[in-house]
Amino acid sequence: MKPVRITLTVNGIKRELDVMPNESLLHVLRDRLHIISVKGNCFRGECGICTVLMNGRPVKSCQVLAPEADGSEIVTLEGLVKNGEPSLVQKAFLEEFGYQCGFCTSAFVLLGEWIINNIPNPTEEQIKEVLNAVVCRCTGYQQIIKAIMKAAQWKREGKS
Amino acid sequence: MPDSYKYVGSKVQRIDKDKVLGGAEFAYDFELPGMLWAKLVGSPYPHAKIVSVDYSDALKVPGVVAVFTGEDFPFKVGLYAADRDVLARKKALYYGHPVAAVIAESLDAAEEAATKIQVEYEPLPYSLKVEDSLKPDAPIIHEEMHTYKHAVFIYPKPGTNIAHQTKVRKGNVEEAFSKADVVVEKVYREPLLSHYYLEPWTGIARVRSDGTVEVWSSHQSPFAVRELLSKSLSIPMNKLVVHHLYTGGGFGGKAGLLLEHLPILFSKKLGGRPVKLRLTARENFFYMAQRAGYLIKMKTGATKDGKLIAHWGEYYLDAGAYADYTVNMARAIGLTATGPYEIPNIHVDSFAVYTNKVPTTAFRGFTMQELHYAFESQIDELAHKLGMDPAEFRLLNVFKPGISRTAIGERLKEDAGDPATPIKEVVKMLSEDDEKPKKPWIVRGKGIAAFWKGPFQPSSAASSAIVKVNDDGTVDVLVGTGAMGQGTITALTQIVAEELGIPPEIIRVSPHRSTDMVPYTWQTVGSRGLFSEGMSVIMACEDLIEQVREVASIVFDVNKNMIEYSEGKACVKGEPWHCITLKEAALGYMNPKGVTVGGPLIGRGYYVPPRNVLTDPETGQVLEEGHLAPFYTFGAGGVEIEINLLTGEIKVLKAVSVYDTPAVNPGLAEGQVVGGTVMGLNIAMRERLIYDEEGEYKGVFPEGMLLNPCLTGYLLARASDIPEKIEFKFLGVKQKDAPFGAKGIAELTMIPWPAALANAIYNAIGVRITELPITPDKLIEEIRKQKPELLEQAEKYLEVNL
Ligand code: FES
Ligand code: FES
Repeated sequence: MKPVRITLTVNGIKRELDVMPNESLLHVLRDRLHIISVKGNCFRGECGICTVLMNGRPVKSCQVLAPEADGSEIVTLEGLVKNGEPSLVQKAFLEEFGYQCGFCTSAFVLLGEWIINNIPNPTEEQIKEVLNAVVCRCTGYQQIIKAIMKAAQWKREGKS
Repeated sequence: MPDSYKYVGSKVQRIDKDKVLGGAEFAYDFELPGMLWAKLVGSPYPHAKIVSVDYSDALKVPGVVAVFTGEDFPFKVGLYAADRDVLARKKALYYGHPVAAVIAESLDAAEEAATKIQVEYEPLPYSLKVEDSLKPDAPIIHEEMHTYKHAVFIYPKPGTNIAHQTKVRKGNVEEAFSKADVVVEKVYREPLLSHYYLEPWTGIARVRSDGTVEVWSSHQSPFAVRELLSKSLSIPMNKLVVHHLYTGGGFGGKAGLLLEHLPILFSKKLGGRPVKLRLTARENFFYMAQRAGYLIKMKTGATKDGKLIAHWGEYYLDAGAYADYTVNMARAIGLTATGPYEIPNIHVDSFAVYTNKVPTTAFRGFTMQELHYAFESQIDELAHKLGMDPAEFRLLNVFKPGISRTAIGERLKEDAGDPATPIKEVVKMLSEDDEKPKKPWIVRGKGIAAFWKGPFQPSSAASSAIVKVNDDGTVDVLVGTGAMGQGTITALTQIVAEELGIPPEIIRVSPHRSTDMVPYTWQTVGSRGLFSEGMSVIMACEDLIEQVREVASIVFDVNKNMIEYSEGKACVKGEPWHCITLKEAALGYMNPKGVTVGGPLIGRGYYVPPRNVLTDPETGQVLEEGHLAPFYTFGAGGVEIEINLLTGEIKVLKAVSVYDTPAVNPGLAEGQVVGGTVMGLNIAMRERLIYDEEGEYKGVFPEGMLLNPCLTGYLLARASDIPEKIEFKFLGVKQKDAPFGAKGIAELTMIPWPAALANAIYNAIGVRITELPITPDKLIEEIRKQKPELLEQAEKYLEVNL
């Protein structure tokens, strides 16, 4: 196998990388770019904790081949804090105790970002449906759901 | 909590904010320059002689540095029962048992080389069931048991597969049964489970040139890891540093012996180079200990006026191939014998039994979920047989603090808690807003279960804390407890803030710690963290306050009892202008002429359980008046469910639970309750590690293999699976010698659910389920056995409705 050159914009910074054709986006982000908020667990699309936003949409990065991500825009947890200011979803997770061990947290925060950007007035059911993509063994999900509801409300109210 | 507290009892945000903002570091993420990677190779047989290992091809893979096998490490490791090989020696004891390890410059190289190791095996007869392991002609899994080192309170039976037995004998059971008006006798089962913490186990170790061993790993209890490694590998503790980063969940699975010895031993053989062993989720199922399985036989008798008078039991834990921690769990379930009820006549034996399955260890609740599932089902049955309300029956028998004696003869302290009120509250909370189900084949039921638990620890289990004031008046708190998400470090921050009268923002409890930098604590298990470290930091704060008062009394030249401390300063009584702040006294107070009084402020505190005692090996009774644990938390849980008689599906409409203790932080407490409820109900309905115990799939799957080592086979709760309503209450009943009266809750939140669910099913349809998980197919099968008319009727309804 020969390496392939790809371009990724990761958290606003453009990167050129030589990757292997069978390399996962997860591998590129963690092992080449050392973005440690992106976690791995099952490497087979089951747990969802490797979730990142690719062109604004959540993907399980272990299931995306690096060449498939060529030219795309990737956002991870690190990219959400802007000028020292956490995003609404991050603030809501802190206020609502939306995390415990934290190993799954980056995935849920990113799902939260997608929800509030795409469903202005989400119901609990709609949120659950999206969250089903990722497992959390600690929280029982309720405080995560509350946090996302709150962030959505803040967004509707124009808070930043 | 009364409003008089400023920080304790309020929703102070978690201090581990980097988990949400980015940058939180776990052992999973940790790397060192020049680090090597390890990969293990597991046995494809459940029990087999290792004839030869050929790794010559593996060594040819570029980047491979070494391959090790069991013979490279000819000794055993363990804590309670040192029964474990470093890598399998002479024989492999379960499918997946690591027999060899490859060390390479990269993970890829290690992975490739691992596939090239040729092991020749000679399969041996094996046992996948406790019942089989106990047969007289059973294959003996640990022939050398008589040579194993074990803790003083562990009683192995060499020549058998019994790793430990606990006995509880009280009163005269036979006579009592002859007087009983009703007797219930049943057998309960729970399968092996996976903790499925999200951070797969990871460890990185290196040996420094002066011989100091350093290890970073995913664990609950840094000091327990140190103790174990020191004992097992004969490394003096001053040459052994265990580093604790954030741990991505533990639930008991990262409490006992983990795999730290592997990277340490590999590093030692490789000139001290750092070695990392990071498991995948699949490997974690095979290489890390899982939760034991249970076979619980119980016979319980009561009189017609509703008094429990006799209990007999045999509790078997399916320990898998290694029982290091499970032996102590067998002890815990035996000594707790009867749940939160007083019974004068008891005869119970509990056993940890080896099988050729994955090794086992503790799980959140340390056998109490399993005990209560069985015992609270017994209670429910007895109540029905007596024609009594199950809650009333419980209230007649539940412990009365100050009066009752437990199964082991321990008299509960006056302020031990409130076992009764949670039962009444749960019934009340369940009785609100009753509705009828919408379809005739859907039926509703309600069930409850009471519970209790204290930390099951050695009578000497100590904790300690240091609180130091920095030059600028901010405060650092040093404790030894592990941070795996439970929130203890946040609650400790609140306690220090309250004690010192300073805002939490100027206090730091580091989430990371090293055993050479922080004071000792025994373990982060048993819901003891907040209690034990809480007591320790309170004492440390008091010590610190004394020091500031001392300085102030010298500076202002008054008697020390004229100095009052509050809100971060020590002042002369009635003269609020004569004060010294924590900041001024931080490094010693310097007066205008340059004379310094006192020195750097360092408060020290500790906690050792008062009057905790051991039990008699023959009777399980306390050796003298004293306690098994420093606190017990009491509570009750209840569910309201809907059963679909056509599909066997159960929907939990409402899950309610009540705890007698106050909560130090309602936000954290809610997280524990909701997380514990969801986990407990999922265990009740979905989780199990599947083995082909009956040999039904011989020839289809490899023999003795764990069949579902993945999330498509091992079903965790997802967001849509949680109950429609989760409600809870903390009663705020205080224990005197507890931090702000509060006791532990983390495990308690998970205990009542399988029992409450089984009781709700009985309440709805009169069918008793004695085996977990209660899956739809199992429920239908049991209805068919116990109440076939229900299925017929449901089908008729369907015809009418179609
Ligand atoms: S690591 Fe589990 S889905 Fe990607
Ligand atoms: S917070 Fe631990 S897995 Fe979600």
